[in-house]
Amino acid sequence: MSDDSLWSIFLNASLINNFVLAYFLGICPFLGVSGKLETATRMGGAVCFVMLVSSVSAYGIHQFLLAINAPYLQLISYIVVIASTVQLVEMFIKKMSPTLFRALGIFLPLITTNCAILGLALFQTNKGYNLLQSVVYALGAGVGFTLALILMAGIREKLELATVPEIVQGTAITLMIAGILSLSFMGFAGLGA
Amino acid sequence: MAELIQTDRAVPPPSWPMFRALVGIGMLCGLLIVSVYVLTGPVIARNEARALEEAVFRVLPGATSSHTFVLTDDGRFRSAEAGTPTDSAGAEEGTPTYSGMETEAGTPTDSGTPGREIKAGTPTDRMVHAGYDDNGSLVGIAIQAQGMGYQDVIRVLYGYDPTRETIIGMQVLASKETPGLGDKIEKDTAFLANFEALDVGLTPDGRSLQHEIVAVKGGEKSQPWQIDGITGATISSKAIAAMLRESSAQWVPAIHRQQAIFTRLEVTDDRQ
Amino acid sequence: MTGSDSAGSTGRTPTTDEFIKGLWRENPVFVQVLGMCPVLAVSNSAINALAMGLATTFVIVLSNTLVSTLRNFIPKQVRIATFILIIATFVTVVDYLIQAISLDIHRALGAFISLIVVNCLILGRAEAFASRNGVGRSILDGLGMGVGFTFALLCLGGVREILGNGTLFGAAVFPSGFQPWIVMILPSGGFFTLALWLLLFNRLRARQAHRQATLAEAAP
Repeated sequence: MSDDSLWSIFLNASLINNFVLAYFLGICPFLGVSGKLETATRMGGAVCFVMLVSSVSAYGIHQFLLAINAPYLQLISYIVVIASTVQLVEMFIKKMSPTLFRALGIFLPLITTNCAILGLALFQTNKGYNLLQSVVYALGAGVGFTLALILMAGIREKLELATVPEIVQGTAITLMIAGILSLSFMGFAGLGA
Repeated sequence: MAELIQTDRAVPPPSWPMFRALVGIGMLCGLLIVSVYVLTGPVIARNEARALEEAVFRVLPGATSSHTFVLTDDGRFRSAEAGTPTDSAGAEEGTPTYSGMETEAGTPTDSGTPGREIKAGTPTDRMVHAGYDDNGSLVGIAIQAQGMGYQDVIRVLYGYDPTRETIIGMQVLASKETPGLGDKIEKDTAFLANFEALDVGLTPDGRSLQHEIVAVKGGEKSQPWQIDGITGATISSKAIAAMLRESSAQWVPAIHRQQAIFTRLEVTDDRQ
Repeated sequence: MTGSDSAGSTGRTPTTDEFIKGLWRENPVFVQVLGMCPVLAVSNSAINALAMGLATTFVIVLSNTLVSTLRNFIPKQVRIATFILIIATFVTVVDYLIQAISLDIHRALGAFISLIVVNCLILGRAEAFASRNGVGRSILDGLGMGVGFTFALLCLGGVREILGNGTLFGAAVFPSGFQPWIVMILPSGGFFTLALWLLLFNRLRARQAHRQATLAEAAP
């Protein structure tokens, strides 16, 4: 049990230790999906949802593993739950909105290998958060991830109108922008301390 | 019509190979993990115990042996190690325990010094470690503390000398502070010198600290209960001060009051 | 450029090429841009980068071996799930092994050891190569990719440590008057350094492609 306040947990996850810009989690979708603002927002939403479900499941699994004293199964059970959650979300989106499903394309199953989700589960376990704290943490992480994604997408859309040297195009310039974004987010450090 | 019946009969998908693969591989993986866990378990426990003991000796300069004590529910300190004389009944029932999982920013596992066994069920956040020199006299008590730093939780171990009523050493156990700036709390010799004689004297009634530990700007230390902060790492320095302040307020009065328990214990060097 | 194709395109024997392609031509970080998360996170010092690279190599080789051995036993529908199961197992194994070897390194790498399991590189190799090729070639492929990955990590870690700390593997490189570029050790430094390395790699590949194109033109 950690005695961080819920608000500080949220601030920490979304701004101060932003999952993408400070912890380097979720870089693959961050680089891949941030080309268009709309896809970015939707991906962010999907990730938020998967994070919330995974967070609650991870908490439950952790309590169960503690009870049966099998901590070594932690990693495997987390990843299985995450994979299943993503599968469910994929089926859900396919039924509810085929256009969204097509827009997200390959990136939906890629959420499984999104280190941000597994990282979330592992971090919240290590910090010893209880259920409510874990949910708030997941919310903060999802919001932070979406925020970073939207910022990046907005910038990249603007970038399409600029002349970018060929050698820098693509991943290289995106990484440089990410570096600048990361630097700017460092200004949030100490917030709420 | 015949075709429909044909496909109906052919429909059940080959679920046996899928089931067989998942379960079979699942069991194989489980076996692998369990064997590695069992094999490495003792080695890891030994590593952790050694690391903790090294830290204890570093914050209690001059100590060559240590003994773990636990604060029980009724506010008294008892020996936490199996098979040693204690001055009252054995371990308490119903105290909260940790399962021994190594956590990042949380409390450590309940492994004691190598060769000695901590009684099962000892709560790790209530353990302190007493250090003794070659003659068996008490050097001090090592206590763990943790608190939020700049980036993440910082965990420290500090040594308290009840006779001099000062903190005599501090070591950072785990921190993720900014490398080059905040992480100076771990290495900066001038900063660490703050903790060689940090005043934690008690009020006459012995219930609380006379002066609260506080961090001041680098170079402005004028009182023995102040900590000279590191320039450029104010938040990290203040975090250390805060966690020491809280922890000492909680532990020092109790330890000081019962210091006889720590000195009275016969420490026999029976580690062959 | 899969393993089966490259055997014919160069003069090298199929076996050594499986290994070499991971180092340069199909380098997981600089060419395929896979496995980014740990690359940026643990490359703030050379020794951390090396440890992470070795751990990942270990996992890739073992997972490739097991996947390749069991490849005829795993039905298509459940292959991703089983790959993930196998990878997670070996990552757990590596986690405990590192703890047994050195608690300090384990603390430095932290949760990122567990995150090896979602390294798209390992899953990618299992899917693209190990599930379709023999054990021997899969082992070499895993080894090559792992070494290439470690190489990329070291490039990043080395630069970041030298500029951000003035040391390399803990040994001082600059005279004591050197003011380290703290930004290099921070997350932003990771982004910038990787961007620059990618730039360099792209430029080298572009020059090579250009040279080959002009040679082909001059050929007939």
